[in-house]
Amino acid sequence: MENSFIHSFIAIPIIGFLLSLIVPKSNEQLLSRLAVLTVGIQFLSAITFTVFWISNGHNIINIKEFSIYSTPGYDFYLDFYFDHISLVYLFLGSILTLIITSYSRYYMHRESGYKRFFNTILFFYCGFTIIIFSGNLETLFIGWEILGVSSFLLIAFYRDRYLPVKNAVKVFSIYRIADVGIILVMWLSHHLWHENISFFKLNNAHLVNEHLEAHSWVGLAISLLIFVSAAAKSAQLPFSSWLPRAMEGPTPSSAIFYGSLSVHIGAFLLMRTSPFWEHQTSFKVFLVFAGLTTALIATLTARVQSSIKSQIAYASIGQIGLVFVEIALGLHFLALIHIAGNAFLRTYQLLVSPSVVSYKIREQFYNFIPRALTIEDSLPKRLENTLFILSLKEWNLDSFMYRFLWNPLKDLGKRLKFISYQNVILLFTSTFLVGLITLFYKENLPKTVSNALPLIYAIIGFIVVIKAFTERNSARLAFTLIMVNHFFIALAISFNNKFEINELIWYVSGIIGAWICGIYLLTKLRKQNEWISLDNFYGHAFEHPKTAIFFLICCLTLAGFPISPTFIGEDLIFSHIHYNQFGLAFFTSLSLIINGLAAIRIYSRVFLGPHLKKYHDVAKRSA
Amino acid sequence: MSNKQHFSLEEVVHELKHFLPSQAPLKDFIHHNTLHAFQHDKFHEGLAKANKIFGWKTYLQISEFRERFQEKQITEKALDRVLENRSKNSEQWKSILLDKKIDEHVDSKIGMLRSLWKSEFKIDLDSMIHPILFRIISSYLDQGISIWNFPIDDDGFLSTLRKLESSTKTSFFRGQLAKKLLLNETVDIPYLLKEIVGNEAFYETYLFDQQFSHPGWSGIVSFLDENPNALLDKRKIKLTELIHFELLLELDVLNYHYGKAWPTIGQKAKQENLHLFERVQSNEIMEALSIWQDAMEISYYDEVLNGIQKTQVHKQNKENSFQAIFCIDDRECSIRRYTEQLAPNSATFGTAGHFNVEFYYQPEGSDFHTKVCPAPLTPKYLIREKESNVSNKKDYHFNKHSQGLLTGWLITQFIGFWSGIQLAKSILFPSQNAASVSSFKHMHPDSSLTIEFAGEVSKDNLQVGYTVEEMANRLEGLLRTIGLIDNFAPLVYAIGHGSSSVNNTHYAGYDCGACSGRPGSANARVICHIGNHSEVRAILKSRGINIPDETQFIGALHDTSRDEIAYYDEDVLSEKNKHFHEENKNTFLQALDLNAKERSRRFVVMNSKRSATKVHDVVKLRTVSLFEPRPELNHATNTLCIVGRREITKGLFLDRRAFMHSYDYTTDPEGNYLLGIMNAVAPVCGGINLEYYFSRVDNQNLGAGTKLPHNVMGLFGVANGIDGDLRTGLPSQMIEVHDPLRLLVIVEHKPDVVLATIQKNPATYEWFANEWVNLVAFDSVNNTFFSFSDGAFNPYNLLDYPISDVDDVESVVESSHENLPVFELNT
Repeated sequence: MENSFIHSFIAIPIIGFLLSLIVPKSNEQLLSRLAVLTVGIQFLSAITFTVFWISNGHNIINIKEFSIYSTPGYDFYLDFYFDHISLVYLFLGSILTLIITSYSRYYMHRESGYKRFFNTILFFYCGFTIIIFSGNLETLFIGWEILGVSSFLLIAFYRDRYLPVKNAVKVFSIYRIADVGIILVMWLSHHLWHENISFFKLNNAHLVNEHLEAHSWVGLAISLLIFVSAAAKSAQLPFSSWLPRAMEGPTPSSAIFYGSLSVHIGAFLLMRTSPFWEHQTSFKVFLVFAGLTTALIATLTARVQSSIKSQIAYASIGQIGLVFVEIALGLHFLALIHIAGNAFLRTYQLLVSPSVVSYKIREQFYNFIPRALTIEDSLPKRLENTLFILSLKEWNLDSFMYRFLWNPLKDLGKRLKFISYQNVILLFTSTFLVGLITLFYKENLPKTVSNALPLIYAIIGFIVVIKAFTERNSARLAFTLIMVNHFFIALAISFNNKFEINELIWYVSGIIGAWICGIYLLTKLRKQNEWISLDNFYGHAFEHPKTAIFFLICCLTLAGFPISPTFIGEDLIFSHIHYNQFGLAFFTSLSLIINGLAAIRIYSRVFLGPHLKKYHDVAKRSA
Repeated sequence: MSNKQHFSLEEVVHELKHFLPSQAPLKDFIHHNTLHAFQHDKFHEGLAKANKIFGWKTYLQISEFRERFQEKQITEKALDRVLENRSKNSEQWKSILLDKKIDEHVDSKIGMLRSLWKSEFKIDLDSMIHPILFRIISSYLDQGISIWNFPIDDDGFLSTLRKLESSTKTSFFRGQLAKKLLLNETVDIPYLLKEIVGNEAFYETYLFDQQFSHPGWSGIVSFLDENPNALLDKRKIKLTELIHFELLLELDVLNYHYGKAWPTIGQKAKQENLHLFERVQSNEIMEALSIWQDAMEISYYDEVLNGIQKTQVHKQNKENSFQAIFCIDDRECSIRRYTEQLAPNSATFGTAGHFNVEFYYQPEGSDFHTKVCPAPLTPKYLIREKESNVSNKKDYHFNKHSQGLLTGWLITQFIGFWSGIQLAKSILFPSQNAASVSSFKHMHPDSSLTIEFAGEVSKDNLQVGYTVEEMANRLEGLLRTIGLIDNFAPLVYAIGHGSSSVNNTHYAGYDCGACSGRPGSANARVICHIGNHSEVRAILKSRGINIPDETQFIGALHDTSRDEIAYYDEDVLSEKNKHFHEENKNTFLQALDLNAKERSRRFVVMNSKRSATKVHDVVKLRTVSLFEPRPELNHATNTLCIVGRREITKGLFLDRRAFMHSYDYTTDPEGNYLLGIMNAVAPVCGGINLEYYFSRVDNQNLGAGTKLPHNVMGLFGVANGIDGDLRTGLPSQMIEVHDPLRLLVIVEHKPDVVLATIQKNPATYEWFANEWVNLVAFDSVNNTFFSFSDGAFNPYNLLDYPISDVDDVESVVESSHENLPVFELNT
């Protein structure tokens, strides 16, 4: 009984999403009704189930589903889990999504992209549901990736303008850091537990302590990586600046994603994994410190914002900082109330945000108080000015991301300019062939050489993907390089003994298919005399919306999104990286971050942004 | 514009201000011609220029015209006539217009010079400067969103920045050099241009490119520079200060990027980057588009003129049950029709909705006053509201404490759930709340107004109230203009209008344009008080207008989105009139239901086929629903402006597309009162029409794009997202059903009188002479039309167009969401 409930909670949004894909674009009524119905059924089942669950003693539910892939010592299985935290998120999610879908039925009327909007909202809701019901990291990761992609799609909803697309890519890149955080957590956990551990098992304090005592550093590393993923997803320092920039879509989508649900997922991850880290005092101290710092900085930043949405965004970040503190202190009940309250408040504030003009102007018209003194005015002038400028500049958080994320990559890319279209294939094919030969004769190589080779190949793979990411001309070249990157990673890992050929097939099967389709689509576009290049945004989705969708699917598959077996392959690959191969793990994970970015970048530049052909009205870059 | 080699900052800034969008802060949104800068060119020439220089779309796309041709909205006859008028080879041009594959892509001249930064120097200046620049200006101008305000210095923008930068440990700049240059007050714009552009010949183009990379922000600064009183919380800022600071930011980035020896853009600039404003060669595309435009207009104009010509003139009934004066506004077009239909003995009039009383209005409890008359006028009078007891509802969602840390914690922990309930309620049961805007809040019905001058002069030197003489002049002006000088009914209504909506940043654009974007309730009350004044009546009697004692004036406000009417000062009515009034109120109630139903046909998601009262309920609900971006469609589809007696259009169904000003040429043979009408019609109706036109044809650049992602900046503007340019013009939701046709003004008078009249005011004359609005004179005695072009009236070459008649407007209204043809009404 319980199991079938949990199954239906997962199934309902997925069915709703799939159905919404086949509804014709012109049928606004059916589309929106389907969305409201999907979430409505979910909400009603949630109520029924809650009554049932509580009357049955509200025990934690854990359902181990089928294994997708398993070998001795490795088991990729789906696992679902339900407890009071899932319950709160389930209600929060279904109530708010129900409200937002009802709201958008009329709000989005006549907007081009009406269908796209409801598809994406339902897709997002699928991801959200999978996360809150997930029973292990692997299952959670599926939802996590869906959330990332649907966020990208909603931020870039107005895909014919420059800023939404730019900001969508920016946010996606931060999400990518959160993704890789989880991948690394999975990698380390795998080595710590020698299995793909479920959240249910983490509740066994004895088991956890036993393992952690033996590997306290690994424990801390895992906790910190969890923090990185949670902080990135919940816009905590140093990642905060993405949240206000995500407010590019229609207001209700900003409200539900960035005001309420998406932004509280980081807090969920922390609570879900708390049995693992709650005995690590040093981590808890760090968490409290990080939460408080975010709360303080975000609040100061919120106070100087002159745009309503960025003010709400920073105020929300500040509250989530406090939520992190509450979680660190083990006050889960308080944290859950805080999360729900914050989600409702920010959603409503964002929805009524356009009213702020008439409300405040009227208020001022009647009760004008010129520039009231604030608490900061009691500070010494120099300090006040400094704090003010810093807050106005968002504490340089956005430029921080540029400095530490984008610019180093760009600089590296500039140094790779010598790799041209002509020599690139030759260069990498020959290197790869040499690699294969060394792999074949691995036994005959000196030990030091064969030990160093995986790292070397991983670095070559990394260089390849940097090139793919910074390529400014040929889309097809960049797209091909992403595939080549995967091959080098596979090659590097192949040096580890246990890696088997059928695992390799799992890994590359999706990639090769995606590559062939992607290249076909780009070539077709080129044959239709469309100019494609990566030096600018071309906006071809305006004339080729279908091609755009298919190409997006290819990009996502190529980037290891949970559509093809490559997704499991990625996890598999990591399970073969030894504990002590930090270098290998580092470059492999970096490669994964960047190849996802590179794929999305190609998609964005070719298909999104202001349309190249200005025979219709095209917005200015700054608009 | 000159192409002089010598650079004059003053001249360039003057020109810049001329071309930048001149849109007021949101609270004062007033319609104007978006392309006012091109208005001393002929319409088509101006549009070609704007297209070439700024890259704006100025017509529909060829494919849209062709579609309309297929659907017969553009008739073949009209197309033939346009080609004939322009002496074009018909066959050759028709094949161009109908079949030729035309590439409408246009690369604008603006931005070409500055794009060299990216193409030649591989540096993306805008993306490094815009976010911080917009943020600083927005914070500086902010009217009340931020809690911790910009530490403003009263000496202006640069002075504020200097003060801030001179006492801080950090900086807005990346390097020290720019900061030093900011603090050095002897550094001026030419110096900075020399550092960045190098070659003086390119200065002007460079500044145009720079400011037009963010026309929205430059526009608001330029507007505030010219109108320092436009903000409640005043800010001193000059366009030159913005330019100065932006140049410093550019220099900072160059310095950061290149070190001390950065290149100037002049090194790579070519001659072709220079002449932004050189003569635009005529080209085939623009010519084809202008032909299509003319043909589309003529197709509709002919239909309307046929309608006027063919329907018989309805004699005005001498036995008047009541008379109602509405605003000229196109939204009042249908309510007048229904009123007349329901009360056949009534008469309705149209005039500019400030009712010829111009003043500043100060509501009770406010320190501010607001202008309630057409924007170009500068009143000398102030009228205060007294004895009102309004209290504004509060809403904690707009409260700054929810954004604080600890207060925010308390609020989210404890009141957050209340938001959840509010949220659910606002979607399931939308109702009036603190967030909504209601036209009825403008003036409290129980208050009194200081209409009569009692010797008081306000602090800013405005006379509080009118003298009796001044009152009489205004009433006389009004009555003579609309031709209501005898046959007064027992009740004369003056009905202003306003609009209610929620979640609407452009709310000011929904109210009465003739009251500077405010509801017309105060004006209606003032004119009625004047009309009921015995001394005023005595003066009017001496001037030949005899208002009978039993006649009483009564003011009212029509809410155009809710379709409700509120009446003011009903207690002054005599017993007999009270009785009539109750009957009339009933008539209006029914008319409002029918009016709501007629409007609803444009709201595609609504079922308009139900009874009028049911539809009306849904229409009302829309105005308080947070999720409804279209509480009403405002002036969308406006195309006509009819200046004449109601009789000439009374038998016509004009689909709410006409501004209507009452005017009786028989009482004004010299056209003295016509001048006043034309002076208002051209800028107000023409401005509305052209703002809709341009927002429709290029919604991304001349309009505000879709309003759904809009983010409120500092309470004065909207942008997309948090670091975008301010969006000017109208959002797509307001213009999507609009057909971009120029306004056709039809004046019922002899052509020579009309010509003499419009020539009296050069500003007014320009609108007609340069064809930004079209003009036709209607000689109702001979039932002929004269069209105005090239400075003269010529007989209108009217093509025959069949006009069908209808018995039942309601069924016509139910039949379609689209534009309806002109019908003759059988009454």
